[in-house]
Amino acid sequence: MLMRISVFKWAQRISLSAWIGIVLLTMHLVMAACATWLAPYVPTAIDTNNMYQSPSMLHVFGTDRYGRDILSRVIYGGQFALFISMVSAVLSVMIGSIIGVIAAYVGGFFDEVTMRVIDAIISIPGILLLLVIVTGLGTGTSVIIFAMVLSYMPGVVRVIRATAQEYVTRDFILAARLRGERVKNIVWVELMPNIRDVLLVEFAMRASWIVLSVSGLSFLGFGVNPPTPDWGLMINENRSVLVLSPWGTIFPMIAVATLVVSLNLVSDEVAKMFGIDRGVRR
Amino acid sequence: MNKHLLDVDRLTIGFPNVDNVLNHVVRDVSLHIEPGARIGVVGESGCGKSTLAYAMLGMIRGTGVRVHGSITYDGAQLFEMTPAELQRLRGVGIALVPQNAGQSLAPHHTVYQQIAEVLDIHHHMQSDAAWHRVVQLLGEMRLRNPEQVARRYPHQLSGGQQQRVALAMALAAKPSVLVLDEPTTGLDVTTQAQLLALLQELTNDTQMAIVLVSHDLGVIAHTCQQVVVMYAGEVVETGETERVFRQPYHPYTRGLIAAMPQLSADGLPQAMMGQMNTSVNRAQCVFRERCDFAQSDCATPPPLRFVEDARAVRCHHWQDVSARSNRATESPIVLEELRTDDVAPILELRHVSATYQQPSWRWWMRATPNLVVSQVDISLAQGQTCAVVGESGSGKSTLARVITGLHQPADGEVYLAQSLLPTIATRRSDEQRRRIQLVFQNPDLSLNPRHTVAELLYRPQAVFFGRSRAEAQSHSITMLERMRLDEQYLSRFPQQLSGGEKQRVAIARAFLAEPDVVVCDEVVSALDVSVQAALLSLLVEIQQLRKTAYLFIAHDLAVVRAIAHTVVVLFAGHVCESGSTKHVFANPHHPYTMELLRAVLTIPPRVLQTRGEHSVEKTPHTTGGCAFQSRCPIAIHQCTHIVPPWQKASEHHSYRCHHPSDVLIQLRSQLSLPTTEE
Amino acid sequence: MVLFVFRRLITSLVTVLVVAAMIFVATEVLPGDVATAVLGREATPKRLASLRAQLQLDRPAPERYREWLFAFVQGDWGHSLARPHIEIRPLVIERLRNTLWLSGIAGVLGVAISLLLGIYAGLHRNKWFDTIVSTISLIGMSLPEFVIGSLLMLLFGVVWALLPAVTIVQPQATLLDLLPSMILPALTLIIVMVAYILRMVRSSVIDVTQSEYVQMAYLKGVPHRRVVWQHIIPNALIPTINAIALTVAWLIGGVVVVETVFNFPGIGRLLTSAVSDRDLPLVQALGLVGAFFYIGTNMIADLMTLWLTPRLRTQYWQNAHEN
Repeated sequence: MLMRISVFKWAQRISLSAWIGIVLLTMHLVMAACATWLAPYVPTAIDTNNMYQSPSMLHVFGTDRYGRDILSRVIYGGQFALFISMVSAVLSVMIGSIIGVIAAYVGGFFDEVTMRVIDAIISIPGILLLLVIVTGLGTGTSVIIFAMVLSYMPGVVRVIRATAQEYVTRDFILAARLRGERVKNIVWVELMPNIRDVLLVEFAMRASWIVLSVSGLSFLGFGVNPPTPDWGLMINENRSVLVLSPWGTIFPMIAVATLVVSLNLVSDEVAKMFGIDRGVRR
Repeated sequence: MNKHLLDVDRLTIGFPNVDNVLNHVVRDVSLHIEPGARIGVVGESGCGKSTLAYAMLGMIRGTGVRVHGSITYDGAQLFEMTPAELQRLRGVGIALVPQNAGQSLAPHHTVYQQIAEVLDIHHHMQSDAAWHRVVQLLGEMRLRNPEQVARRYPHQLSGGQQQRVALAMALAAKPSVLVLDEPTTGLDVTTQAQLLALLQELTNDTQMAIVLVSHDLGVIAHTCQQVVVMYAGEVVETGETERVFRQPYHPYTRGLIAAMPQLSADGLPQAMMGQMNTSVNRAQCVFRERCDFAQSDCATPPPLRFVEDARAVRCHHWQDVSARSNRATESPIVLEELRTDDVAPILELRHVSATYQQPSWRWWMRATPNLVVSQVDISLAQGQTCAVVGESGSGKSTLARVITGLHQPADGEVYLAQSLLPTIATRRSDEQRRRIQLVFQNPDLSLNPRHTVAELLYRPQAVFFGRSRAEAQSHSITMLERMRLDEQYLSRFPQQLSGGEKQRVAIARAFLAEPDVVVCDEVVSALDVSVQAALLSLLVEIQQLRKTAYLFIAHDLAVVRAIAHTVVVLFAGHVCESGSTKHVFANPHHPYTMELLRAVLTIPPRVLQTRGEHSVEKTPHTTGGCAFQSRCPIAIHQCTHIVPPWQKASEHHSYRCHHPSDVLIQLRSQLSLPTTEE
Repeated sequence: MVLFVFRRLITSLVTVLVVAAMIFVATEVLPGDVATAVLGREATPKRLASLRAQLQLDRPAPERYREWLFAFVQGDWGHSLARPHIEIRPLVIERLRNTLWLSGIAGVLGVAISLLLGIYAGLHRNKWFDTIVSTISLIGMSLPEFVIGSLLMLLFGVVWALLPAVTIVQPQATLLDLLPSMILPALTLIIVMVAYILRMVRSSVIDVTQSEYVQMAYLKGVPHRRVVWQHIIPNALIPTINAIALTVAWLIGGVVVVETVFNFPGIGRLLTSAVSDRDLPLVQALGLVGAFFYIGTNMIADLMTLWLTPRLRTQYWQNAHEN
């Protein structure tokens, strides 16, 4: 009973903007997951009889220069970005928090060295790091994930280390050490529950940034290879015919924008809920 | 209505809560302030006294706040003023000394800039004239080197200095009304006493009116002619301070006074029933549920009645209250006698010294260790309490860390039941760790905010006794009940508890390890008096049941007097005087002990003497001789280079000083020390 | 103080070295044959062998790293792999000039605009202006640079045809010739940058406004206008310095995309084409130049923060004098 009331109140307390975010995000997730059933056409099917069509009953978003259905390509186009960002965000937060907690807890020399390396990685502007890695390793899903984790994980380490440090000096950790608790217990039982909120916020924030970066990479031509449908790639391909047929550019733009807006709205709300100041960190 | 300087008329301030019901923080408060009046507003945290203080400057903050009633200054209504008019009034008409000067002073401006700003706005005084006035003001605050202080930034000053600067800033434009919000909270007792004496001196022959808000009855008693006692946002009693404190008419005032530990009397302070709720039932007397005198007619809220000249009380049964003496019933718990037989001590410190390495930001420089505890000997018998007193920075908390093994001592040994303890906690056995428990000062930091009370109480049982959660639960419940908390608390999180309840959970956690020694590091200092009194009773009760020894670290001498069998007075890491509490307090020999005792704010008040500022960190570190030399009023040449010898004042009382006892007794007779019975 | 500046210079230098090593590792040492990566799978064994010899891949990596770095410091940045007759340094310096102008203009305008809007929004929290500005900045943050760029191009370059949609002038063109082509890319950078800095400035202003010392300023009778100008704004701007430095980092990344969108002849477009061509020496050089600017900006921001924060400044000053 009490539970139900509190869930109800919790739902009431979520702001309108966050609701918009949740709805949009759910839409995108459903779209990516059920693309096979939702898309009216095969996204790579070429139809030379129907090139550069404007939106119509047959092709709701129109067609591109190969006569491919834009709606179907938009529906499929989020899969890659979403998949890469979710995997990269999860990995960044996982690896980052492990390193951050260890650095804060162990301290001393290990902490010093770790943080210097982290500082150095952060000192390379994001896209530069991505491009340098792509130059060395070539494109490919695993390379892009690796590059994303490498460029977004250091930020997580910093935040988590700072949060953990704040708690490591608290008396309840001292109390646990005085009891003679094992390190494993101190970290998992005493420390982790306090860091959970920050982790969630970090995840939501990184996810939205990674979506931006992934689509940027695709746009530059270092993401997936054509003819795979992808928003960034679609915008790049159709940009040259912007005047002739803007549909191939505008719809993927709307798709990217709504996805990132929804992630931003949701992460803002999560941060607000936990009372964490969400500044602009990168 | 006759005209006063500042009139608070039926002021009510309310904030809507989650369910949009108005929650009154201040309710129907009227105050009339004449020029030169000194009014104290007293009450426990949450009684609305600070909200009232800020309202007097026309500042009421909060979303959805509702205000009724009025505040009139010199004929003008504060709440009807335009923002610009209000700004012209603040600082000149009514000025404020805030509670936390450290945070209220602007971090990026020097002391001069901040005080000169007031002069510039209100008196259009600039450059040279302003500089001279600022230096003069700082000098009046008895700050050493006022010119140097003027050039400093707030973070470069000690807490006492910051508070003096805040006072200078408030007085700069010569206001007619000075509002002080807990001006001495957080300061050391000696600093507090000096600041209050300074305040008295500065305001003695001015026409400035003072409104002092404090939770500390002693501060009010030493500063104010009139007192207003607030409870749950309402004025429950008002009158002349001396008369109110001597013979309170309201049960709450009576309870507050009884809860205050006294230097002059044996026995524990008495706690009031229950605690103040955030949402009280205003359809009845707000104090009804906690009142010893409550009867059926208390179901209707009593009006604030003038019962005598300038004396009002909000109680139906004030005559019953006034008829009973201040401390009618003796506390049911009496401290056990000091053990004088030669039993082996359970905990013993021998020549313990500790240093702190200041972390250096330059790696190529070796940091110089800072001596914080020097050659301390303490011996503690089973079932007894030894108090360690001293100002902040005296090394008393470091001592707690050394005993528990959190800080490695530079020298000396710690023995538990005659066996030498390894210096570091990790090298101690489970058994050794179990037998010494530590209760921290601040339960907000020492209780994991993400654990329920059940989990908090389960952890030590799992580690020390290997109990399962189910087995632990019954032990936890028994312990909670001993702490006057019930089973329902098991499922709560720390943030759902009040300050006193949190500390009880922390104590319960310590006792679940079934320790022989509990180190209490300032465990009651952050609590309101009535909560503190309750906690002290609980501590003594469980001590007598379990025969536990306490090492009780505190700065409040009255609390120490109530709870400790023996006392160790610490100055800058050095023991000045130690022995049985009764002897030391009744017959202090060391000048520092006298200074501490002199600073205790007793009721009825004594005369406080003004002296220049001093603080521990400003004391030059003495490489030889007596640690106290730079602050000692009777220091002689010997003190600068010879470490004073231990001398015996009586069988259970020794001190460290070069002077023979007759010199010290003479010094004592010159100082107005509070009287204590032996 | 001097010691601190010195120390900060040293750490920056060390960071540059570490970054250089990472760029080197990422491009030349990571698993996989560099020669194959550069030339593709269809390359003939002969060409592979000649490239390996040219890159001296058979020699130990630390040795190659040292030589590469020394040569770089001495100004010998080598020749492009893709177009061997082109020397890298003059090429990079020429493009760098264009990029610096572009990002300089965008940076100065962007910071100024975001400070103005951010301070105003922060001071009038939850009023209509704040709500509008906050909403727009959220959208600005959520749109990728290439989307904003393409939209601007569509509006100004195509629909109204006011400005050149893509750059058609030569890289060596004078600044005046380049200026018209700079407007749209700069505008794109400004829009995204303002979205970020504005949020930071706004929250910083709100923090300071709620601080006890600002409340105290009101309580001692300081007029509102003076509280705003002497207490709130100066204190709110200090944390902003680091946000601005962070944004410079973003600018360096942002120009890569924006220059590609508008075909602007700066180091960003040079980098994308170098990456496409697998032109290793060029990518390395551009990577180092970018990191150098970023680390330098960060250092300046740190020193400024130190200089403007009495607590930090006096702390180091005192430490230096006590020992």
